[in-house]
Amino acid sequence: MPTRVLVPSGVLGLGFDRKALARGVAMKPDIIAIDGGSTDSGPYSLGAGESKYSRAATKAEWRELMQARAEAGVPLVIGTSGTCGADATVDWMYQITLELAEELGQSLKIARLYCGQPADRVIAALEAGRVTPLSAAPEISADLLASMTNIVALAGAEQVLAALATGADVVIAGRTTDTAIIAALPLSRGDLAGGAWHGAKIAECGALCSTHPMTGTILVDFDATGFTVEPMALEAACTPHSVSAHMLYENSDPFQLYEPGGYLDVRGARYTALDDRRVRVEGSKWVPGPYTVKLEGARAAGYQTTILAVLRDPRYVDLAQDWVDGLTAHCVEAIAGRTGMGPDDYSLEFRLIGVNSALGAMEKRVGQPVEVGVLGIITATSQAKATEIGKLINPFVLHHPLTPNEELPTFAFPYSPATTNRGALYEFALNHVMRLDDPMEAFRLEVTEVSHARG
Amino acid sequence: MRVGEIAKKVRSKNAGPFWVTVDIFCGSAQAYDRLVKGLSTAAVAQVYSQPEQLLKRFDIADLNVIKVSFPRPVVQGSRDDRDMHGAQWAHLLAELEIDG
Repeated sequence: MPTRVLVPSGVLGLGFDRKALARGVAMKPDIIAIDGGSTDSGPYSLGAGESKYSRAATKAEWRELMQARAEAGVPLVIGTSGTCGADATVDWMYQITLELAEELGQSLKIARLYCGQPADRVIAALEAGRVTPLSAAPEISADLLASMTNIVALAGAEQVLAALATGADVVIAGRTTDTAIIAALPLSRGDLAGGAWHGAKIAECGALCSTHPMTGTILVDFDATGFTVEPMALEAACTPHSVSAHMLYENSDPFQLYEPGGYLDVRGARYTALDDRRVRVEGSKWVPGPYTVKLEGARAAGYQTTILAVLRDPRYVDLAQDWVDGLTAHCVEAIAGRTGMGPDDYSLEFRLIGVNSALGAMEKRVGQPVEVGVLGIITATSQAKATEIGKLINPFVLHHPLTPNEELPTFAFPYSPATTNRGALYEFALNHVMRLDDPMEAFRLEVTEVSHARG
Repeated sequence: MRVGEIAKKVRSKNAGPFWVTVDIFCGSAQAYDRLVKGLSTAAVAQVYSQPEQLLKRFDIADLNVIKVSFPRPVVQGSRDDRDMHGAQWAHLLAELEIDG
């Protein structure tokens, strides 16, 4: 059965064109699906179990989508709620939804799909040989798993469908694959599986697959032989090039995409312009395989304090690396002498902004900067240690001389205190898949009904 | 000439926390042919100080795109990472001089 999916934008919190959304709603979609996250901003969100986007921005956009849902009379699904899709951010999104239901006077059935994994479950799976590393995966052990602050499994179409099958008006999902929330309904209605996953991949970043990425809203029609994609902003167009080029985006392999239960192969896909705004895609293939779900996990790898100084003195700018080498040696000695702390307790690194701070040793160009920012990063085994080291080296970063016999220089500190305590440094610690017998065995559904209908 | 002068655009981005991918949008079949012939995978590996066998390369004539993916030498967001999104890595390749 043909299925029409409306994707308001690539992620909740980044904005969308209101007219495009309204146009999409008028096209009578069968479902509205939006992504709520990504690993793209780094490990902090998953490590801390916090959304990266502001609550106010999220609530303002979710309000519009809840209104669009009421108008369209179809389910609204958000995947990877609160950036990382941890249980805590599902709860955060659920609270926002409850507030909005009351403010908008909506009566709703809300399904929450929890994707958080207790460490014990993953440890048991690891010991049973049911956890497999993907390419470039870090080493793991039971101890490492137990030290992770959050582990999530990426839900696929099966878990999203289970949530939809509750009859929910709104599905708030934890970590899902970017595509699952879009592919789920077409798959359940018997549309071509290759087309469902491929169309979902094309639409998951909203209008990024069109000529006007910032307009957000995309409509995809799925059917038995493929899919058709159309941007909802009138000024935007999908072209065979804009659509097929999207398979390159943030994808290590542009032809194969692994999902729970198989992979998508788009080598045989044909992209055809139906007119100057719509593209038809056929020939994508779904290849079923073992049922595995990808795992993501984060752990605190240390605690950080940073310090920033700016060199403007031309002699120091020219000799910035020599200066930093001397400063580092001086700091290490002073830290050892005054606190007894050594390499097991902390690391200290200075990065030269204006020289090679973005690319480090890979940098090949040498320039003549007017000034150089010196970013000192202390990573220690506790925040108390990092803070203490920051205070200890503060005067050296301010006054360290290039040679012992010159008047003490004073560099530019942009703020007071010069140090910033950053808290935990989280790191991504899993790039593995876990084998499941039943897709729901590692996931949990909660269904709630709220009633605020205005009489 | 430099890769970035022949191609229309060179883009890099994380492909998940453990991989980075570089897309060279050549912009024309002519530029694509020139870069497919002139830019060796070994040269790309050298730019990023990576062993060549770790690189996955896709020459996509339909799009006039050359795509190269490899495991991030430092995991996204870990202590030694300097570029959370891996988006500045593109410039190293864009600035590479090639023959022809």
